[in-house]
Amino acid sequence: MTHSHDQDHNHDHGSELSEAALRVRALETILTQKGYIDPAALDVIIETYETKIGPRNGARVVAKAWTDLDYKARLMTDATSAIAELGYSGRQGEHMRVVENTPELHNLVVCTLCSCYPWPVLGLPPVWYKSTPYRSRAVLDPRGVLKDFGVELPVTTKIRVWDSTAEMRYLVLPMRPEGSHNLSEDALAHLVTRDSMIGTGLPLREGRAR
Amino acid sequence: MNGAQDLGGMMGFGPVIPEPETPVFHAEWQKRALAITLACGALGQWPGDRGRYVRETLPPIEYLTSSYYEIWTKALLKLLLAEAMITPEEWSAGRAVSPAQPTKRPTLSAERVAPLLAAGTPYHRAPITPATFKVGDKVRTSTSHPTTHTRLPRYARGKTGVIIETHGVFVFPDSLAHGNGEDPQWCYGVRFEGIELWGPESDPNLDIVIDLFEPYLTPVS
Repeated sequence: MTHSHDQDHNHDHGSELSEAALRVRALETILTQKGYIDPAALDVIIETYETKIGPRNGARVVAKAWTDLDYKARLMTDATSAIAELGYSGRQGEHMRVVENTPELHNLVVCTLCSCYPWPVLGLPPVWYKSTPYRSRAVLDPRGVLKDFGVELPVTTKIRVWDSTAEMRYLVLPMRPEGSHNLSEDALAHLVTRDSMIGTGLPLREGRAR
Repeated sequence: MNGAQDLGGMMGFGPVIPEPETPVFHAEWQKRALAITLACGALGQWPGDRGRYVRETLPPIEYLTSSYYEIWTKALLKLLLAEAMITPEEWSAGRAVSPAQPTKRPTLSAERVAPLLAAGTPYHRAPITPATFKVGDKVRTSTSHPTTHTRLPRYARGKTGVIIETHGVFVFPDSLAHGNGEDPQWCYGVRFEGIELWGPESDPNLDIVIDLFEPYLTPVS
């Protein structure tokens, strides 16, 4: 059986383990034998980020902000507390800031120096967010990056890029799609994509919900 | 340090490849890499900023040709060896041959994962001195190239911007990463015009906001 070992898409089958997979396996073996880590805790961490903490959390925040103006006001002035109202807080979301898209201003979030990302509301970052193409180009040529995502904004729309270089973590509040005024908060949440909360995408239109 | 991590404004890496929201991981080893990194961090032997610094010290060619979870695990191994939690003999043997060192916090148990993640690590601190700058002030960034950890990217050094937000006082990564204490500093959101950072060819309808600590900034009259 032959297959390529793309660096970000390693599929480790049987004995054909990549160097990366072997390194992690050796680390886990030694650290477990020495009692520094408990494999049961590792399983809980993985399950948490696969099933509990992900971009559906952020979608709920956005949908609530779209439907509840008081909530939106709290979100824009103290995002950490407003997000915690919905039960999302903690690691990599200790200091949250929400930035709102308007017809005049489109916000885009990047971490050029590492991979800072608001975990409680978006989960773990996708590969591209941590990759050299995105981190290098988001600050220099954000319209070019948006084209990679199939998004083209009017040249009159200002683009503001937020480079998360310190402890603030950013969530984009996208514009509510036109024609969605009859939708419930739950239905609206289905229109909110992860990428629309980073600024590399736009929310889906009604009828194209996830 | 001017390592390969400081990517803002570089060219030639090709297009960004979008991906769907799931799967979260693309290989089994990536799951373990994430979990091991978090579980080792929970032992309290090093702050997150030191972890970031160690990742930056990977040789540029290695950094740029490693996936992010590889960068994490390579840096984790360096930290474990530096702390003598794993010996070089153990790493070449692939198994434990010596007892564990004492750690600041106990081994992370399954029960403690949820409370640990929920607590996070807040980095804000009570102000000791008043903020030097206020919203609307014009500032110029440092032109220094420290060999140590810094959160002032190269593309924003020696540039003029405007304070648009005062975030408060936070632990200073440049100090904490090197074991020199928290040295809390005021942190500001500073807005730079695209043209200031990228020259006259810049998109005229672009600005960039960077969160910067007070020691990076000097006033512009």
